[in-house]
Amino acid sequence: MATIYARGMHYKDLNEMIKKLVKINEKEIILKNVQGQRYIGDGIQGEYRITIEGTPGNDMAAYMDGPTIIVHGNVQDATANTMNDGEVIVHGNSGDTLGYAMRGGEVYIKGSVGYRVGIHMKEYMNKKPVIVIGGKAGAFLGEYMAGGTIILLGLNAEDPQKMVGSHCGTGMHGGTIYSRLPIDSFKLGKEVMQIPADDNDMESVNIYIMKFCSYFGFDYDSVRDRRFWKIYPYNKRPYKNLYAY
Amino acid sequence: MLRYEGKIRIPSGCAISGIMNKKGQPFPGDDIIKSIALMHDRSNGLGGGFAAYGIYPEYKDLYAIHMFYDHEGAKADVEMFLNQHFKIELSERIPTRKVSSIKNPPIIWRYFAFPRGDKLAEAGLDESEYVVRCVMRINSDFEGAFVVSSGKNMGAFKAVGYPEDVGDFYMLDTYRAYIWTAHGRFPTNTPGWWGGAHPFTLLDWSVVHNGEISSYDANRRWLEMFGYKCTLQTDTEAITYMFDLLIRRHRLPLEIALTAMAAPLWDEIERMEPEQQELMISIRAVYGSALINGPFSIILGCKNGIIALNDRIKLRPLTAATKGDFVFIASEESAIRTVCPRPDAVWTPMGGEPVIALLEGVEDI
Repeated sequence: MATIYARGMHYKDLNEMIKKLVKINEKEIILKNVQGQRYIGDGIQGEYRITIEGTPGNDMAAYMDGPTIIVHGNVQDATANTMNDGEVIVHGNSGDTLGYAMRGGEVYIKGSVGYRVGIHMKEYMNKKPVIVIGGKAGAFLGEYMAGGTIILLGLNAEDPQKMVGSHCGTGMHGGTIYSRLPIDSFKLGKEVMQIPADDNDMESVNIYIMKFCSYFGFDYDSVRDRRFWKIYPYNKRPYKNLYAY
Repeated sequence: MLRYEGKIRIPSGCAISGIMNKKGQPFPGDDIIKSIALMHDRSNGLGGGFAAYGIYPEYKDLYAIHMFYDHEGAKADVEMFLNQHFKIELSERIPTRKVSSIKNPPIIWRYFAFPRGDKLAEAGLDESEYVVRCVMRINSDFEGAFVVSSGKNMGAFKAVGYPEDVGDFYMLDTYRAYIWTAHGRFPTNTPGWWGGAHPFTLLDWSVVHNGEISSYDANRRWLEMFGYKCTLQTDTEAITYMFDLLIRRHRLPLEIALTAMAAPLWDEIERMEPEQQELMISIRAVYGSALINGPFSIILGCKNGIIALNDRIKLRPLTAATKGDFVFIASEESAIRTVCPRPDAVWTPMGGEPVIALLEGVEDI
C-alpha cells in the first residue's frame, strides 16, 4: 500500500507519482488531501485500486482501463471520460458530463449528478458501460447515447418531477436508461420511448443495483421496491435519411 | 517559431471565483488568490483580475476611478477631462509590486472624485448616469486610456498574466474587502490585453465571466441605443452594461432582469401557469434583446452582494457553497474547498437558476 499526500501538488507531478507506483505493481494506492488535480487515474491499465480523499479534478478516470477508483467526496466534471474498463465508486455527487463517451466499465455515484451525464456512451460486443446514479440527474441525461446502461434511482428526490432535468435521451440511438421513477414525457427527447421494464430487464440491472447497495449501504429491497421504467430509442439510426440526398 | 492552430493544445477554459461575507466584514485578498490559483490550468496567462468591495472606507462616498493609460499624453488629456467634470480629492499611482511574469504594464492610476455640482446641474442627469456618460466618453474618445473601474468603495485590479500573479502584482494581500471576485482568462475570440482582462465594471457593477456570448452583437446594438459604447473588444463588457441598464436604469426587479438575460425556453413557458406564462412572454417580448445566448457562467458583484448565473442549458461549470457568514462561488468545487475545506452546504445550481447572495439587511440588489 502506498499513500500520497497531494496537497499543493500539480496534477502532472501527482499523476507521474501514481504511474510510477503502477509501474512497480503497487496495487493499493491512497491519495489524501486531493485538491482539484486533474486526470487522476487516466489511461491506467490493469487491476489497481486508488482511494481518494478530497476533491479530485476534472477528467478523473479518463481512458481508464481496469482499475477501481473510490472517492470519498464529490467528483467534478468529465469523470470517466471515454473510460474503457474498471470501476469508479463515488461517495458523493458528480459534476457534469460524467461518463462522456464511456466505452466500458462501471460508475457508481451515491448522490446526484450534473448535466449531460452519459453523453454519447457507446457499446461494442461485450463492452457495455454502466452508470448507476443514486440521486438526481441534470438535463441532457443520456444525450446522443449510443450504447450501455444508465440506472437512475432518484433516491433523494422528494419531488419525482425534479428527479431528472429536461432533454433526457435527446438524440439517443442505442443503449438503455432505467429509471426507478417514471420520467415526464415532456422531459424525454423525441427519439426515445418509455415503457415499464419487464422481468428480463430487471434481471439485467439487478446485479448493478446490488453492487450499488453494497457499496453505499442502501437496503436492496427498498431500492428495488417497484418495477422500473425503461427508456430506449425508437430507432438505431434516427438520422439515416438526413444526409441521404 | 510560428505556432499553428491545432499543433498545440492548451487544455483551458476560464476560471471564476467569488467570496463574500454576508455581514459585510472585510477580509484580505489571500483567500480569493488561493482559490483562483487552484484553477491555474483553466487559464493561459493572458488575463487575470479581481474586483474588491469595501476597500476604500476612508473615501467611501467618492467615486474611485481606476485607470489604464498607454502613455503620459493620454493621462494628461484624461486628467484635463476629469478635472472639468469631477472634483478630484486624491490622485495617485495604484501601488504595485514587481512580479517577473507581469510585463509591460500601462500607467495604472486611481482618482477619488465626485462630480462637479455645476456640471452635474448643467447636464441635468442623476449622478450615476453622469458618471456612466463620463466613463463611456473616456473609453471611446481618448486614445490609449481605459477606465478599469468607476464605483464607490470598490475597485478592479486586472492585467495580462495568471490571476495569482496579478493578485501579487497589485498587492491584494494588503487590501481588505467584504466581497472579492476573481477571474483567470483563456481568451478565445479577442486578444489578451490589459483592458480585456476581467472583471468588466461600470459604477459598482463588476462581472467575471467564463464562456462566450454568441448574442454579443445583438446585445451590443441594443445597448448602444441607450448610450452604452462597447469599446473593450470583449463580450463580458456587454453583460456588465446590461445589468446597469436593466437594474439601475429600468429599475427591473432582480429576478426579472435575470429572467430576461437567461429566459426560460419557449416549451417551458408553454407548461407554466397562465399568470406566470404571461409574465414570461412579456419579458421575452420587451427584453428579447437582453437575452444572453451562448455558454456562460458569471459572477456579478455590486456593493450589496453577488449573483452567480449560468446559461440556460448549463454549458459552463459553476459550484456554490456556504459556511457561516461566507458565500463561495467558483468554477470548480476544489477551488472552494481549498479555502473552505468543510462548507455547510455545497451545490451546483441549474442552468438559468441564479445564486443570489445579498448582504444581511439588504432587501434588493
